[in-house]
Amino acid sequence: MITLGRGLTLFTIVALTISYQIDDIQTTAVAARTVREAAPLILAGLCGLVSERSGIINIGIEGQMLLAAFCGFLGASYAVESMGSTPALLVGVLAAMAVAAVAGLFLAWTSIKLRMDQIIAGTVINIFAIGATSFFFAQGRTMPKVPNWSVPGLDEWPLVGRMLFDHGPFTYLAILVVAIVHVALFHTRWGLRTRAVGEHPSAADTVGVRIFRLRYVNLAIGGALAGLAGMALLQSASVFNRGMTNGKGFIALAVMIIGRWRPGGVLAAAVLFGFFNALQAQLQFKQAFDIPPQFFGMIPFVLTIAVLAAAGLSARPPAAVGQHYETE
Amino acid sequence: MTNDTPLLEARGLTKRFPGVIANDQVDLVLHRGEILGLLGENGAGKSTLVKMLFGIHQPDEGEILLRGERITNDGPGESIARGISMVHQHFQLVPPLTVAENIVLGAEPVRGLRFDKGAANDRVREISERYGLTVEPTDVVEQLPVGLQQRVEILKALYRGAELLILDEPTAVLTPQETDELLAILRDLAATGVGIIFITHKLREVLDVTDRVTVLRRGKSVGTVATAEATSASLAELMVGRSVVLRVDKTAAEPSEPVLTTSELRVRDDRKRELVSGVDLEVRSGEILGIAGVEGNGQRELVEAVTGVRPIHAGHATIVGQRVAHDPRSVRELGVAYIPEDRERDGLVGVYSIADNLVLTSYHTAPFARTGVRQFPAIRQLATKLVERFDVRTPSIETPVSSLSGGNKQKVIVARELSVENQLVVASQPTRGVDVGSIEFIHQQLIDARDKGAAVLLVSAELDEIFALADRIAVIYEGRIVAELDPNTTSREEVGLYMAGGG
Amino acid sequence: MGDASWLRQLVLPALAVVLGLFAGALLILISGDNPLTAYGGLLEGALGSWEGVGRTLDKATPLVMGGLAVAFAFKAGLFNIGGQGQLLLGAAFAGWVGYFFDLPAIIHIPFALIVGGLAASVLGATAGLLKATRGTHEVISTIMLNFVAANFTEWLVSRDGPWNDPDGGALARTPEILPSAELPRIGDLPVGFLVAVAAAALMWWVVRKSTLGFEIQTVGANPRAAKYAGISVTRITVVAMGISAFLAGVGGAIQTLGVNGRFEPGFNTGLGFDGITIALLARTNSLAVVPAALLIGALDAGSTLMQSRTDVEPEIISVIQAFILFFVAAPSAVRWLLRLRADAIESDDMQLASGWGA
Repeated sequence: MITLGRGLTLFTIVALTISYQIDDIQTTAVAARTVREAAPLILAGLCGLVSERSGIINIGIEGQMLLAAFCGFLGASYAVESMGSTPALLVGVLAAMAVAAVAGLFLAWTSIKLRMDQIIAGTVINIFAIGATSFFFAQGRTMPKVPNWSVPGLDEWPLVGRMLFDHGPFTYLAILVVAIVHVALFHTRWGLRTRAVGEHPSAADTVGVRIFRLRYVNLAIGGALAGLAGMALLQSASVFNRGMTNGKGFIALAVMIIGRWRPGGVLAAAVLFGFFNALQAQLQFKQAFDIPPQFFGMIPFVLTIAVLAAAGLSARPPAAVGQHYETE
Repeated sequence: MTNDTPLLEARGLTKRFPGVIANDQVDLVLHRGEILGLLGENGAGKSTLVKMLFGIHQPDEGEILLRGERITNDGPGESIARGISMVHQHFQLVPPLTVAENIVLGAEPVRGLRFDKGAANDRVREISERYGLTVEPTDVVEQLPVGLQQRVEILKALYRGAELLILDEPTAVLTPQETDELLAILRDLAATGVGIIFITHKLREVLDVTDRVTVLRRGKSVGTVATAEATSASLAELMVGRSVVLRVDKTAAEPSEPVLTTSELRVRDDRKRELVSGVDLEVRSGEILGIAGVEGNGQRELVEAVTGVRPIHAGHATIVGQRVAHDPRSVRELGVAYIPEDRERDGLVGVYSIADNLVLTSYHTAPFARTGVRQFPAIRQLATKLVERFDVRTPSIETPVSSLSGGNKQKVIVARELSVENQLVVASQPTRGVDVGSIEFIHQQLIDARDKGAAVLLVSAELDEIFALADRIAVIYEGRIVAELDPNTTSREEVGLYMAGGG
Repeated sequence: MGDASWLRQLVLPALAVVLGLFAGALLILISGDNPLTAYGGLLEGALGSWEGVGRTLDKATPLVMGGLAVAFAFKAGLFNIGGQGQLLLGAAFAGWVGYFFDLPAIIHIPFALIVGGLAASVLGATAGLLKATRGTHEVISTIMLNFVAANFTEWLVSRDGPWNDPDGGALARTPEILPSAELPRIGDLPVGFLVAVAAAALMWWVVRKSTLGFEIQTVGANPRAAKYAGISVTRITVVAMGISAFLAGVGGAIQTLGVNGRFEPGFNTGLGFDGITIALLARTNSLAVVPAALLIGALDAGSTLMQSRTDVEPEIISVIQAFILFFVAAPSAVRWLLRLRADAIESDDMQLASGWGA
């Protein structure tokens, strides 16, 4: 896999260089937009990963993000009336993470205590989020703008500067979180137990791992990540809009699958989805190819299905995902 | 505590499940450094017994003493803490994790926040050297052969300081070579003072490795013997017993032309292991061929292959001259009735009514359907007739099958399969878990099918059943037919020996 | 099934609806409005006039089809969560047939409905085939196909697409359908609703009376027994998903032919989810899907009047719906909330999530 990863990285660099030679302005725009679009997908994909690695399917990410964006917006919007914009934004972040974590705990609870089907429970979260955020939404509020943290000096570099060093805090945070989740998943006791519980809960149970507690913890952590994903949406939009997730929570599932339930894979897949989105958006303005932009929009989803369908591409989900655990 | 206090003692353990007594006043004693064999057919209650010892099930009656002290049953976690470990039939290993990760899971060495992989690997290496169980700690479990995976399970127990090790049918999944290795490992472990309970239904292994044997039969302990004083024959007799005298009136067979023939038949299980290794069989019209054998020797795969449920890997099977394809419906259409071994899972749809289950294989044919439309009057008529004729005890033909007793469920299948004229009847464990009255009834139905000219292939782990019904006996062992015997001239001891791989 | 048990089956859905409305009332109270006024407006808007009833029937029509689609797949033990994409395809293809062909109405309307359904069924059957042959979980594949269908239909009617309305300027849409393809109204009664009711009746018949229905339910209840009995699980999985998607596609087609008059992308988002609520509320009984869809449709249709009376946002309907879905899928929660005995509620175990992969 390392060689494939390296190969892809190399290919990307070469393609970017050539493309930059041909049309520097468009290439820079697409590259920067790719990274920007990837950020919420990374965070949401990691939410799915942390849930599914512990054995719970989360198709409620869409709703979690929407609730998070809503509460983050309201939190920051009200807080700024009594404090500075940076602390107000922090209040927003906390509100976003909290509400999405509560939604995650709800999903865990319905699965563990009520033995509800996890897909239906996720759907409940999605429907609820669409309704509740619109119901309580009041037009005309504003929130402090999420600042842009461009790295002085580096952001002047051609292509790379705009692409990597000229973003809002949640974009940098997304990449940092990938590293954190990677280390946590593969190098801590929590990670070992998470992987064990998602693959073979009874093996973990018979050696004394408290699998239900672990699932609650993971769904809360995943929810917090979905909360950050919601804030990443606000970072670009600066205002809450009805249904502003626009399917990104479901795309996050695809990101997780193509990323093979690994943090690094989620990063790569999110960038891939971000790239096709950016390309599609850019092509709407300027018709560069004969290929309609919508076809670029389809590629990642067709790819997701193909990856799942092709056996041997190691797109293997955690074995116990979706199943209720029976204690004898 | 004195030296001769047993490591573990169970007194009068009883466990009831709805409708069955799984264990009935079972006693058991295990000493330090001893290997105790727990022998019995499937369904004899071995698993239930050890699950009580390990704390998974709560006994309804009786007591368990560990090192002379009475223990209460507090779940597997508590048992492990007390030094009791169990190697389950289905491994409790996480396939994508490494050997060391699996072994230390739940009791991981940590350094700060990090899981200390180095320390885990070192600990595993140390234990594996101490007990002579070679494994590579960094190997990924799912890439290991089954025998090594089992070794990881045993190491998992030793890492947790097990003094008492329970192994539930550990050889069921092993090759003969792996089995020999395991038996050697168990001997070495016992020599270090670990007490071992070894569950199996294979006589050879019991004779090979155990010090004493406790035999279970239909939930009861029917005897404990010192292995040195036992023989295959004596154990086989204890195990299969002869308490239920099965009387079936049956005339001599009048076999005519062959209906089912297999030639060099090879069949693989889902994990691509070859479980049927070149079987040549012939079943003639008007005779019952009984396949005797200890379960897991390829019977299930053989039956599934000739009924079209499982693909044939090599060789072939023909029924009335037609090649058997991997298509159950086309096989049925040749005039084949099939009573599968696992009736709940394979033979019935629990939520369906008796009537729907009775037409489960004929729902699409006249008179039960016309041009794709089901004809309920015809279905009801058939169901009413069959429920009466096959004596299915039920309030109504609309009753869901899941609410019937085991015997009545089986009668529904027998009624469905044997109420029509058949060329071939394949019956796999047709009376397992069925009450005595129903057993006699089902046996009579099989004889009647034979007398009407069907060829009957009967697979049974119950020697009584084989002797009661079969006109010829073929013994299957490790996927091969090792003997063909005439029930009138052979003894059950002889059959038992072949079943155990001797003879 | 006796009458008594038929009544008992109603207990859970009825309690779920009551609890859902109650939760909605709490929210309305919190937001500072009077729930009684709000629900009064809702009721009047949905059923207070013939026009309101017509609006309710319009809203309920795609909901019936979406509910049938989910319910039908449930029968085979499958979860079709792709109603949205299937509906879009059905709507787009019906729009195309509607403007492109010039036929007498008696042929034109059924032709457009069927082409819409078939286009959608390709999508569903693909998901079924992937499930049966590659083990790809239908939930994930149908979600992904939603996006594929959304992009595809958007392209079809985009400026460079083949079905773009030349008179629409920059608008992405098909030309208006011909009058011969329009699903008429009889007074305030939309004929499209009658089509949906007929589909429900047909599905009921297929499930109860046909051998195909028997095969589908057998695969859903016990795939191993189905295989042993000679039923091809692969074929049934493909067929069931195909029919399920066909139903959703016809729902989209009715929307185009009876309400919108042309295809424009982006209408009726979230319809796949409504279908889940309705199917579960109807306990997957296709005849019960009709009243369940009418209920949700009425909430939807009445919400405008509710809003003008009380300032309560119409999206409260989604919240109520989420609660209804939750309660209907979690009978233990209903029991606990209302302190009911375990046997007071008949419930079937809805378990579909069982891994994404093999």
